[in-house]
Amino acid sequence: MLYNQPNPLEVKVLTRRFGLPNSQSIETSLANDGYKAAEKALGMSQEEIINEVKASGLRGRGGAGFPTGMKWSFVPRQSPKPKYIMVNADESEPGTCKDRLLMEYDPHQLIEGVIIAALAVGAEQGYIYIRGEFRYLIEHMDKAIAEAYQRGFLGSNIFGSGKTFNLATHSGAGAYECGEESALLESFEGKRGNPRIRPPFPAVAGAYQSPTVLNNVETFCSVPSIILSGPAYFAGLGSPKNGGTRLFCLSGHINKPGVYELPMGFNLMRMINEVGGGMRGGKKLKAVIPGGSSCPVLKADECDVNMDFDSVAAIKSMLGSGGVVVMDEDTCMVKAALRIMRFYAHESCGWCIPCREGTTWLRKLLQRFHDGMGTRNDIVLIGDLSKNMLGRTFCPLGDAAAMPTISFVEKFRDEFEAHLDGKPCPYEKSSRLVAA
Amino acid sequence: MTFSPELEARFERFLAKYPADRKRSALIPMLIYAQDEVGSVTDELVDEVARRVGVKPLEVREVVGFYSMLHAKPMGKFHVQVCTNISCLLVGGEQLYEQACHKLGLGHKQVSADGRISLEEVECIAACSWAPAVQINYDYYHDVTPAQLDKLLDGLMAGKAPEQITEVPKVNS
Repeated sequence: MLYNQPNPLEVKVLTRRFGLPNSQSIETSLANDGYKAAEKALGMSQEEIINEVKASGLRGRGGAGFPTGMKWSFVPRQSPKPKYIMVNADESEPGTCKDRLLMEYDPHQLIEGVIIAALAVGAEQGYIYIRGEFRYLIEHMDKAIAEAYQRGFLGSNIFGSGKTFNLATHSGAGAYECGEESALLESFEGKRGNPRIRPPFPAVAGAYQSPTVLNNVETFCSVPSIILSGPAYFAGLGSPKNGGTRLFCLSGHINKPGVYELPMGFNLMRMINEVGGGMRGGKKLKAVIPGGSSCPVLKADECDVNMDFDSVAAIKSMLGSGGVVVMDEDTCMVKAALRIMRFYAHESCGWCIPCREGTTWLRKLLQRFHDGMGTRNDIVLIGDLSKNMLGRTFCPLGDAAAMPTISFVEKFRDEFEAHLDGKPCPYEKSSRLVAA
Repeated sequence: MTFSPELEARFERFLAKYPADRKRSALIPMLIYAQDEVGSVTDELVDEVARRVGVKPLEVREVVGFYSMLHAKPMGKFHVQVCTNISCLLVGGEQLYEQACHKLGLGHKQVSADGRISLEEVECIAACSWAPAVQINYDYYHDVTPAQLDKLLDGLMAGKAPEQITEVPKVNS
């Protein structure tokens, strides 16, 4: 059963098999174009596959929006070491819940996308790194992988081509940091999930220091449609330089929260009103986090924006991972900033001091502030501390914690000031005390 | 240390997934599945897994300390995890967590005296569009209302397993 009703405005490309009877089975997949793209890709050269992915305008769906075809082209053609495909299914960015659905309802689409990536770079082994909390999805993917082996789509002679490709799942054990690609690779190797210094990037030195293609679940799931229907079709679905559709995860104070597949560049206000059913209880919109908790918050008057990587970047936020968190007029922005910082302080791996100390002190400052014990100088200090974290860490977690905080302070300074001088939170009768 | 035949078979499958000289990759999957059977990552389990993947016990401890799902002390048989991260916070996740604290008489990562139930305030579990969300062990509960949480906790406290609490079924298939 689907977790939310589809919306007529959706453009169903990746989700087209969702809701079919037994959509997770290989029979349903095969009856609905499944694995046709992989067979087509077997007749293409490596350059042809990569060029089609480049021409499609597909950009990484994990958050950074890096062009996928370009990423694949960085894998060295000749390598004395084996090459690997790594699927990032560590979905942990607050606000984001789409990869779960892609694995739950159409696991074969993911497997097919991975096979095509393997053909594109000449890899013979792939792994799907799935966060430990998704135990049921690990079982789900294992079952789908077994079906693909039975049919000869995986193994030592895929589709009778003589080529080898093996695929297996890998369980994480609870760590947001492991969604960062280099930390994921460390974790995959059985270590703490601390990030690696880059370069070299995973395309050159990834899993076991071997060339590795590492992409998000949704990125791989986009690939079969590109190969089957052509890059022009895929590119045409979205906006310039932002090919395709995207699974937007609508959450927060709206009437119909849910995961909806919409064209890249779909207007955010339309998303809230026409897809999300408008604001809950007829309240006024105050703010939106457009792409997961790492992205700078948008004020209501900034929300008339087309949701593609470049348009959201133009207003100094990020499209991120597609998690659209909608907040109404009754939301305390200090509380929102605090909850997000509690998360980053908990999840900082501790490897880089600016992040480890920065997130912890910001959490303490924001907590004190929310409890009505902040001082005017703290507002400046929160901003300063955040800015001093930017660009000073191995991985983007430090930036991910700092950027939204800077935006909360700059855009909602009045709300911070309303908490000053021992005043209780204007939005809550009694604020919850947590020992800092 | 002896494990069930099912877990032994799983270990074998895990170790076969990775290149022969990269057994350490099986470490985290082995630990989490073993923890489900043993109840926690005991000293004995650390030594056993270290031996099997060919690393020092200290290297295993380093890993155990890093991951939030690995516990050196046992959690309850039914581990109730309430998300209070941003999307859940906006629609009552924090109230659900407080409700669970009061009802169970437990705080963050505390276990009931009989070892049956434990509670944890968790970070995002990727159910944001169906918030507020709760996980009991590995099962998901979406759009949880205070009344539903009451039923779940009442059932657990009355000695039922989650699947016996039919009024509030898990959502994942």
